[in-house]
Amino acid sequence: MTAALDVRGLTTRFDTRAGLVTAVNDISFSVEPGRILGLVGESGSGKSVTGFSILGLIDAPGEVAAGEIRVAGTELRGLAPAAMRRMRGSKVAMVFQDPMMTLNPVLRVGDQMAMAVRVHERMSKRAAWARARDALATVGIPAPEERLMAYPHQLSGGMRQRVAIATALLHRPGVIIADEPTTALDVSIQGQILAEIRRLADETGTAIVWITHDLAVVSSLADEICVMYAGRIVERGPAEAVIAAPRHPYTRGLLDSVPSGHAPGQPLPQIPGSTPQLANLPAGCPFRPRCPRATDLCRTTPPARGSDGREVLCHHPLEAA
Amino acid sequence: MTGFLLQRLMQAAAVIVAMSVIVFTGVFAIGNPIDVLIDPGADQAIRAKLIAQYGLDQPLWRQYFAFVGNVVRGDLGTSMVYNVPVVDLVFSRLPATLELVLVSVTIAAGIGIPAGIWAGYHPGSLSARAIMALSVLGFSVPTFWIGMLLIMTFAVQLGWLPSGGRGDLGQLLWFETSLATADGWSHVIMPAINLSLFKMGLMIRLSRAGMVEAMRTDYVRFARAQGLPDHQIVTRHVLRNISIPLVTVFGLELGSTLAFAVVTESVFNWPGVGKLIIDSILQLDRPVMVSYLVMVVVLFVLINLVVDLIYARLDPRVRLKGGA
Repeated sequence: MTAALDVRGLTTRFDTRAGLVTAVNDISFSVEPGRILGLVGESGSGKSVTGFSILGLIDAPGEVAAGEIRVAGTELRGLAPAAMRRMRGSKVAMVFQDPMMTLNPVLRVGDQMAMAVRVHERMSKRAAWARARDALATVGIPAPEERLMAYPHQLSGGMRQRVAIATALLHRPGVIIADEPTTALDVSIQGQILAEIRRLADETGTAIVWITHDLAVVSSLADEICVMYAGRIVERGPAEAVIAAPRHPYTRGLLDSVPSGHAPGQPLPQIPGSTPQLANLPAGCPFRPRCPRATDLCRTTPPARGSDGREVLCHHPLEAA
Repeated sequence: MTGFLLQRLMQAAAVIVAMSVIVFTGVFAIGNPIDVLIDPGADQAIRAKLIAQYGLDQPLWRQYFAFVGNVVRGDLGTSMVYNVPVVDLVFSRLPATLELVLVSVTIAAGIGIPAGIWAGYHPGSLSARAIMALSVLGFSVPTFWIGMLLIMTFAVQLGWLPSGGRGDLGQLLWFETSLATADGWSHVIMPAINLSLFKMGLMIRLSRAGMVEAMRTDYVRFARAQGLPDHQIVTRHVLRNISIPLVTVFGLELGSTLAFAVVTESVFNWPGVGKLIIDSILQLDRPVMVSYLVMVVVLFVLINLVVDLIYARLDPRVRLKGGA
């Protein structure tokens, strides 16, 4: 079976004043139809840039410098801008973090969605509105007819995010990239949306790349997890396995920082230090300054990808449990 | 909506009253018009008689209420200089200013907004920088100087266009206007361009700023992620958002240009209301000054009202509310 999304060796660079910054560094992953991949990392680890790279929405001074991006077997890199534009929204769609900002405040929800329908398919305005209404119903919005007539400010945050997700679903794309779509929402709404997404992936066979910094979210949602650090994927494997027995010290640190599972009143373990400046990465392993297991080897030599079922980018991985 | 309009009308009335008091007092303070009007050789008796005739011997408040009383009856007074009713005087000059201003704001918006959008869409490009440099010139170089340069170039050196005046008039709908004749257009185009430069610079900068800001927003990114082509993103998504500040400034500029196109009208000897008000100030023609300024206030209030109505149409978050 062809993967819905297959990314190989993706590298995205930004030519900034501080020098050439490699925001995404040689990352590879693939997602099968109907599966959910969790892309986890701290702010600045390159997870959003990965999403934008896949959609070809990296603006100057950034560029996708290397790699292959295949959506249902079609190579996206090297496509002419017009052809790339036709892929966006129809074959691969994206949902953003802040639902307050992603909808245009001065246009009716229905107009915005109908525009997104008609850009890829020739149909009457009426038919496009009907399609939009169906999409709203799919994501569990009550009284979709009325919501179409509403302006974004008349909807709650959760409702707006559902509208955004419905918009992404309009053309039944094979891949949806969801860039922290629940981060700005209440926890109860978050749960509803996660359930909705899981159901959509199962029912429609859409592959989903779920970008988040929240391991708790991803552990309950994703089938597979990629942990990103400083533009690289440092650990990749099936969700349960990564959560139950992390092998990269960074993943371990992230899991330990999650409040659940600790005695109340005890200070939470933290990962010391902060994410490195991408323009100024330490030599050797980028995680070395914060790593409890670092040795002299880590100081000089960047770790290579070792693959034994799990991919771990570390000289001294934790032992499999 | 009705509440909003009512509230607006009451506000307008209050502004007009306040303005009329200020103007009246100010005009009262700057001097006695009789000194300017009268033949220097006239004797004291004639002087006293004239002063009494214009009511200038009355205290300020009494003069003011006499004026208000007349206004309520629809009489804005009679020009002391031309000896014709002020209303006739202003309305004889108004079409000239209107046509000049309409042509100039059309030029300013028609060129300025697309140029600004272009510059905002390609920030940093050579064309964008050229447009921005021109916009700086547009609102920093004095109008009168550009006007004189235009006259020097196109009227004196090249001889393509007349140097001033209004040209032949023709009938357009109900108005006598120079926009109905070719000769009229040849007269109006140069002062209109001169008058438009400042506004054009403003429009360019505003629309560029709005454009640059809007293109970075999430809703534009989201629209791109849906595969919308850029031209559609600009025309359908962005334009509506950036038109809100544009409409505001456009309204203000329209009002102030209508009222105070003085410099351009003087340079091009254009017989509009701007020239009328300057002349009336020089000649201390009180009724003209006072009535004219009150009419300007009404004009501004009306334009602001229209701007607010357009606002509410453009931005669904703006609701026109009556009450506090």
